[in-house]
Amino acid sequence: MSQADLSVPFRQRAGSAMKDAFLQEALTIATTKFIGLRREAFGDFPEGEKLRDVAREIKEATLQHLDRYLEQLIDNVERLGGKVHFASTAAEARGVILEIARQAGARMAVKSKSMATEEIHLNEALEQAGITPVETDLGEYIIQLAHERPSHIIAPAIHKTKGQVADLFSKELRRTVAADPEVLTKIARGELREKFLQADLGITGANFAIADTGTIVLVTNEGNGRMVTSLPRVHVAVMGVEKVVPSMTDLMVFLAILAKSATGQKLSVYTTLVQGPRRAGELEGPEEFHLVVLDNGRVDQLAGPLREALDCLRCGACLNVCPVYRQIGGHAYGHTYPGPIGILLTAMLSGPASVKELAHASSLCGACAEACPVRIDIPRMLIELRREVDETKIAPRTERAVFKAFGRLLTRPVLYRLAARIARLLQRPFVRDGAIRSLPLFFGDWTRTRDLPAVAPRTFHERWKELAREAPP
Amino acid sequence: MTAPRVALMVTCLGDVFFPEVGVSIVRLLRRLGATVEFPPGQTCCGLPLFNSGYHTEARAVAARTVALFRDADNVVVPSGSCAWMVKHEYPGLMQDPALKKDALRLSGRTYELSQFLVKVLGRRGFRATVGGRVTYHDSCHLLRGLHEAESPREILRNLEGVEFVELPGADECCGFGGSFAVRLPEVSSQILAKKLENVEATGAACLVACDAGCLMQMGGGLRRRRSRVRAVHLAELLDGGGA
Repeated sequence: MSQADLSVPFRQRAGSAMKDAFLQEALTIATTKFIGLRREAFGDFPEGEKLRDVAREIKEATLQHLDRYLEQLIDNVERLGGKVHFASTAAEARGVILEIARQAGARMAVKSKSMATEEIHLNEALEQAGITPVETDLGEYIIQLAHERPSHIIAPAIHKTKGQVADLFSKELRRTVAADPEVLTKIARGELREKFLQADLGITGANFAIADTGTIVLVTNEGNGRMVTSLPRVHVAVMGVEKVVPSMTDLMVFLAILAKSATGQKLSVYTTLVQGPRRAGELEGPEEFHLVVLDNGRVDQLAGPLREALDCLRCGACLNVCPVYRQIGGHAYGHTYPGPIGILLTAMLSGPASVKELAHASSLCGACAEACPVRIDIPRMLIELRREVDETKIAPRTERAVFKAFGRLLTRPVLYRLAARIARLLQRPFVRDGAIRSLPLFFGDWTRTRDLPAVAPRTFHERWKELAREAPP
Repeated sequence: MTAPRVALMVTCLGDVFFPEVGVSIVRLLRRLGATVEFPPGQTCCGLPLFNSGYHTEARAVAARTVALFRDADNVVVPSGSCAWMVKHEYPGLMQDPALKKDALRLSGRTYELSQFLVKVLGRRGFRATVGGRVTYHDSCHLLRGLHEAESPREILRNLEGVEFVELPGADECCGFGGSFAVRLPEVSSQILAKKLENVEATGAACLVACDAGCLMQMGGGLRRRRSRVRAVHLAELLDGGGA
């Protein structure tokens, strides 16, 4: 499955994903591995818990004065000779980047992995403008070859087994390639070297942007980020407004917990700090540096119900531990950002109506909030979204009627007890051995895979009078 | 020490589907010297409404529950999720200042059963009603909402007559999640299937949990696959005698 068709209900999209044996195999292996690695990384790092609190405080304090920090960042980037562009929408961001590419006369752009550029659908826009985007992160390279989209925030090709990747490479290169990660990586490396040298434009995201130094920080593992930021003549970095942090000291706090949460590494292999274009006397670096600062619904949430989601570091830990994500993978969600945090980010980018089904794609088990390095209370915001979906009447009318009737029943104890008695009568034809194996209508959604306990012969209420008499004097 | 007064909040699932759990709790608490009351007119804590986003309706249910339990010294709840609703969500839901004050008071006096036994009564030693190997599933709200992993385990480890073994992935969701179980039944069932494979691999005769929702899900799944493992509430295992 490459991209979900949003006209198909979410439940069906999830169902198809669960029937995909390759996806199931790949997901189980990868998420289980990530969970174990993360646990070990924090197990060896007792100060991690405190640092998570500090990181959260820094994020909140920065959001509190976001305008000030953004201004400071912009001043410093410009002082270093870079250009800053503000984009309110995805379309504006695409427009800005295409204009930069046009002025540079670019024919090819090499890209380091960036969710922000996925969010604005940059690759399609570049292709339409006659510029070839080349993804240089191995996972992104794989899914670009497969004409797919990332299914995980940090592991875009998590949905593919190594066998599938080998098949894909074999088809592309018209020769048989072994399903060995080392061999596959070597092939990609060989293919990509040329592109780095040919490309006129390097495009990256930004994990952090340091306000008081004007530094853009990229956290990567493959070294491709360095090539993208140093070889092409022009470098464009795209960042959400919330990526700014005040200082290098703050950065250290985030770096101490980010890779541990994401991949279980102490630090990522590369932490690239970019400060403007090449300066006189420097041997490498681009001639031009552009920073695109993207709003796209974020600023509204500074004072909105999804504000906490602006703290997100995009580590993907909440995806790995989410029981729903672990069954269905990222594509079934149908949007750029999958998983628990993805539901919130989708609502932020596209409004609550876009998540009327996804808001319920969670058992509210809380594993996401526990894994989140900055302790974002994702379940609480999912409930908030559900409330909004209900109160703005986006939720289906029948569902709303059922819940409202249920609410009335629960405030009328006599009716409530009567309902239990009626249910006990109605269930008679279905009960065997104190349980129900099959029920009609939507009750079948429970009984298809699970027995349902029958309403007890006597409820606790009905047994209490007797029980009260048992009390010792 | 004077006999503690306990008001039982039996919960809707406990009332309708699992009354024997409530009966076990009443008898157990009495044997431990407590006086047990059952405030009449109780229905449900309102969590299903709250979690689905029907907060106006949840507020009305919560308000009358707060009033019903106003005079209780201790409120004992057999489900971690309902206890969490009362303790964590009630105060925020109340708009009337007097009710909010009552809700805050209630929040401080409400306990999930295992917490009440271990942390309030200081009782850890019990005799089991059955023998054999038992394992334990952490209910999400009890574990990550009320941060309680130890009390049930302390009881099970010390439980005379059974062998307690840890369940691999005990802290992972069983796939219940209230209306989630029927909104996305296929996803819920696949989560459950993985949970039950782990359960069966332990070789336990009993799967213990402290939440009626999880027990409905896991018990229903175990019965469907004709497993020899039984899903039981902690209260059903405790005889109330012992140390």
